[in-house]
Amino acid sequence: MLVALLAQSAMPATAYAAGEYRTVSVADPFLELRTGPGRGYPVFHVVDRGETVEVIKRRTDYFLVRTDRGKEGWVDRDQMELTIGPTGVQTVFAAATQQDFTNARWEMGLLAGDFGGANIVSLYGGYSLNPNVSVEVWGSQILGNFSNGWMGSVNVVHETWPEWRISPFFTLGTGVIHTQPKSTIVQGEDRTDQIAHVGAGFRIYATRRFILRAEYKSYVVFTSRDDNEEVEEWKAGFAFFF
Amino acid sequence: MESRFRFLLLAVLLQAFALSGCAATKNLFGMGKKESAPAPIEVPDQVIDPQVERRDIKEPAIDTEDFEIGAFAGILSIEDFGSDAVYGMRLAYHVTEGFFVEGTAAQSEAGLTSFEILSGGAPILSDDERTYTYYNLNVGYNVLPGESFIGDQRAYNNSLFLIAGLGSTRFAGDDRFSVNFGFGYRFVLNDSVSLRLDFRDHLYDIDLLGEEKTVHNLEGTLALSVFF
Repeated sequence: MLVALLAQSAMPATAYAAGEYRTVSVADPFLELRTGPGRGYPVFHVVDRGETVEVIKRRTDYFLVRTDRGKEGWVDRDQMELTIGPTGVQTVFAAATQQDFTNARWEMGLLAGDFGGANIVSLYGGYSLNPNVSVEVWGSQILGNFSNGWMGSVNVVHETWPEWRISPFFTLGTGVIHTQPKSTIVQGEDRTDQIAHVGAGFRIYATRRFILRAEYKSYVVFTSRDDNEEVEEWKAGFAFFF
Repeated sequence: MESRFRFLLLAVLLQAFALSGCAATKNLFGMGKKESAPAPIEVPDQVIDPQVERRDIKEPAIDTEDFEIGAFAGILSIEDFGSDAVYGMRLAYHVTEGFFVEGTAAQSEAGLTSFEILSGGAPILSDDERTYTYYNLNVGYNVLPGESFIGDQRAYNNSLFLIAGLGSTRFAGDDRFSVNFGFGYRFVLNDSVSLRLDFRDHLYDIDLLGEEKTVHNLEGTLALSVFF
């Protein structure tokens, strides 16, 4: 009997250690398997309480699982959280929340808008030093009627109330702008100038890892001419944190 | 004689009583020393448990496949410049089962305008300027997810999606801000690989042929993509 007990307790341990996939057992009356990772795909199989399934992969909030009998299907996260793991503890799968919105380290986004009358498309990446302060790197393409160009900048962002769902921020930065007149316009030549900017905006937590962002920036272009240029920029777009 | 028997019986009884040390009687009279707690009954489980090492399970991480990369080829109709082959790459990130964001870069080669063909004169654009490249960043939403059936035995997942975005188009020597929108059909071959059919309209303003106008460049492509 002692041997049997030892064998029983040892066997699953080795099985999990050797297993390639995480195994969970169904604690709810049943687990619904769909043909695809979405609520629109039909349920084609159910796994009864007590049976175990292997979790093969995850896509957004759906998990591809394989039953003991080799059936594979997609289960949504809500149902997966009603399963228990090998330690007998309820399974928890990470889902991004507003808490992560405040505390996440990395952020990436895309914004578009108006840059002194021209169109601008920008891509940025940010790193949070703490919930209030982050550093961002921007790359933008400027597409105007008379000239095109690109702009690269680095800026510091300060959020006063990072825990708010609509979190206002202030920003300060510097970079370079390169402008080239359009080929249909004869005069003018390419030039690269230094810029500095100050701005403000909002980061809005939408859902999961999704952020909406809108901002205004005022640029000073340090030209080689007598006067510096001032450009106003309005942009809106979306971003993700991770 | 009778009294002798009685005495004997009484003696035996007393002896038995003293020997047995009936706990109940003793406690009743508050006599006798306190008994120690009964020895614990040994259950087999408890005998074994201390010997068993606690299982320290390191659960395997679940592979998350929210990214999709794909290559596509198709036909792009460039307004005034005829239709030509287009090919490109896509990278998508699936935020939810419905929403995804996607970056696309593609290239095509513009043909001759009708005027160039008819007049037989000098071409409007150099060969370099005829290279049409674009990139765009889009947001898509899956609508109408479901299954399609091929014959009696095979069922494949599919969905129709709506997509729109913006970016830049380089053509005729300039970069132009462009907007695109359209729809597509995703045919899921298995859990990782899918086929996509996309129809898009790319719009931008161009003043190449005199006055400025908004052009519509229609595009139809077929893509093979893999989730990772």
